[in-house]
Amino acid sequence: MVSEKELKDIIAQVLSEMNVAAPAEKAAPAAACACEVEDGFIEDVAIIDIKKQYLVENPVARDAFYELKQYAPCRLGIGKAGARYKTLPVLEFRAAHAAAQDAVFKDVDPEVVEGLGLFSVQTQCDCKDTYLTRPDLGRVLSDEAVAEIKSKCKMNPTVQIYVSDGLSSASIAANVKDVLPAILQGLKSYGIDAGTPFFVKYGRVGAMDQISEITGADVTCVLIGERPGLITAESMSAYLAYKATVGMPEARRTVVSNIHKDGTIPAEAGAHIADVIKKILDAKASGTDLKL
Amino acid sequence: MQEIIFSVGIDIGTSTTQLIFSRLTIENEATSYVVPRINIVKKEVIYRSDIYFTPLLSATEIDMEKVKQIIKKEYEKANMKPEDLTTGAVIITGETARKQNASIVLEALSEMAGDFVVATAGPDLESVLSAKGAGADAISKEDRTVVANLDVGGGTTNIAFFKVGELKGTSCLDIGGRLIKITNGKISYIFRGTKELAETNGIYINVGDDADEKKLYKICELMADQLAMAIHLKEPDAMHAKLYTNAGKPLPKEPKIQAITYSGGVASCYYEGEPANVFQYGDIGVLLARAIKNNPSLQKMKTLQAVETIRATVVGAGSHTTSVSGSTIAYSDGRLPVKNIPVLKLSDDDEKNPEQFVATLKRKLSLYRSEGSLEQIAIVFPGYHHQSFMEVQELAKMVAEGAREIIDGPFPLIVVVENDIAKVLGNALNVLLERKKPFVCIDSIYANDGDYIDIGVPVAGGRVVPVVIKTLIFNS
Repeated sequence: MVSEKELKDIIAQVLSEMNVAAPAEKAAPAAACACEVEDGFIEDVAIIDIKKQYLVENPVARDAFYELKQYAPCRLGIGKAGARYKTLPVLEFRAAHAAAQDAVFKDVDPEVVEGLGLFSVQTQCDCKDTYLTRPDLGRVLSDEAVAEIKSKCKMNPTVQIYVSDGLSSASIAANVKDVLPAILQGLKSYGIDAGTPFFVKYGRVGAMDQISEITGADVTCVLIGERPGLITAESMSAYLAYKATVGMPEARRTVVSNIHKDGTIPAEAGAHIADVIKKILDAKASGTDLKL
Repeated sequence: MQEIIFSVGIDIGTSTTQLIFSRLTIENEATSYVVPRINIVKKEVIYRSDIYFTPLLSATEIDMEKVKQIIKKEYEKANMKPEDLTTGAVIITGETARKQNASIVLEALSEMAGDFVVATAGPDLESVLSAKGAGADAISKEDRTVVANLDVGGGTTNIAFFKVGELKGTSCLDIGGRLIKITNGKISYIFRGTKELAETNGIYINVGDDADEKKLYKICELMADQLAMAIHLKEPDAMHAKLYTNAGKPLPKEPKIQAITYSGGVASCYYEGEPANVFQYGDIGVLLARAIKNNPSLQKMKTLQAVETIRATVVGAGSHTTSVSGSTIAYSDGRLPVKNIPVLKLSDDDEKNPEQFVATLKRKLSLYRSEGSLEQIAIVFPGYHHQSFMEVQELAKMVAEGAREIIDGPFPLIVVVENDIAKVLGNALNVLLERKKPFVCIDSIYANDGDYIDIGVPVAGGRVVPVVIKTLIFNS
């Protein structure tokens, strides 16, 4: 390896041979004066709990307002600098926005899918752009996917559970490892048999109808990433339907939403979903037809 | 979705016996597309009984036959039947809170107080219930301040104080309106502690003396001063420590009390004024109310109107003892209700260390073995260290290993956790035990060693259970 000093010497030599004075050498002293490199770092703004953040200076009733803040994670009581936001809340807001964008645009890491023991199939979307611009294609499986499900899945199970990226890859990575086994264990505890779970890439909720028709399951359940907000990018929903068919009314779906570490605890949500599945089976109905 | 359940509160105290019925509204406060969040959203007292002097056989023994008649009559007047009731509490308070009374009451009321109504007592609980009945907790929450309630009854004054709705401490003193009784213008009874308080301050009275209003008022002034000391408005004197019931402890000095409410029989005189004859009730209650009102130290404190006065304790027992469990729980069918189950508590530290958890659980279980066989036990722990699916599986294993003796025994496995993980933990236990062992696993309930727990029949479509946590500490 050539050291920095040697590198500088070589450049200086070349430059002198070319009869040009090194501009870097000239500029360097000025730059060194202007920007001093400090030790230390800015704390990760994304780890701040906004429920605990209260930035109003000289508040009239800090405790009362702080306590109100505990009811919901809102960007309130964050103070101001003149007519504008303070720097820190602006950075936090942008960090949250970036996390939301990442959750939408990034694919679920194939290793995560593999780690969950799921095989992966795809809808008719060929890439993220198609997925985001053509919701209709995200509801239809590719021909290969149909064939693969037919060959790998147990047919006519009581319950078919599968996982799909939806609009948040981050939610899949964060929650499925707790939710899926908790559902399966809950079903086992009730003595209900479940089919072979798998992963659908570029999937919209509606794809569950086709999957229900292919597998012939009584209840189909998809664990799918929710459109991220600025509070969490990791929220997941479960949509469930009794004997779903392509073209059925949306009202026939039952949903359990807001599953993430600060919402419904994922493992407990899984146990709850198993309970909902049992209720759907008992009532032979889902969505608005089912009174929970 | 709303569901109404009915609750009864019965207070058998040193001086009075009362009963109330209340209506509790249970509602799912979450929208239908998230996990339910079922709470008691409304508590209304729908019937207040007359106030009876407690029928006594002796100074400390309750005449249960007469109490039973009173309660029967009030049920009829209110048009309530035991089977209409889902929950409630019988509380035996003050001097009458003795073990032999408790068992008599339990026995006598078991067939008429509903399936899930229970005897419960203890001065700490009485302080809390009367303060809640008086509304001190609600006021402290609403006004964001520290409020103490002084329930000045016949035999004792029960104090509880709250900071922004949260209980900060309780105490109980032998100060009350019936510690000196007057019959036909003569003193007919003096509580020994009261006599000592008077004599220390140079006032001498004896049973059989004429009831001298001035002399007795002076004693009441001493009592009022003691109350001022109890809420730290005045420096305690040498007598003060002796006045705590059962050698109990004073209230903590912090947080500083900012306002007070009064409840109990004496408080109704305080707020509503005196009757024409000061000895109308055959005791010094009216004088004590006057002394409290005129006490310069107590006058310095902001005094608020209590929601309930003489009925505060019974309203507390009827409306504020029941809570509901978390809304995602797991249990085997047909095992509820269970009553008077002792709590075995495992700590946060135990939970962090699986071996310690199992060892502590086994060791503590052995304490509940009477005549060789294990009683029914509720295992209680916080559950905050086990939240992911895998961690919950580990926790289930820890419980199953430590509670082997219960699992092999005749009683269901009862697990109560604070953190919202009961359903997944229950499922894990059920699968681990191959669905062979009946179990009850509930969450969002806080209880400690020494407490007892009642778990009622599931309500709200089987999603929650009513729970009463109580402390069965009796006067010896």
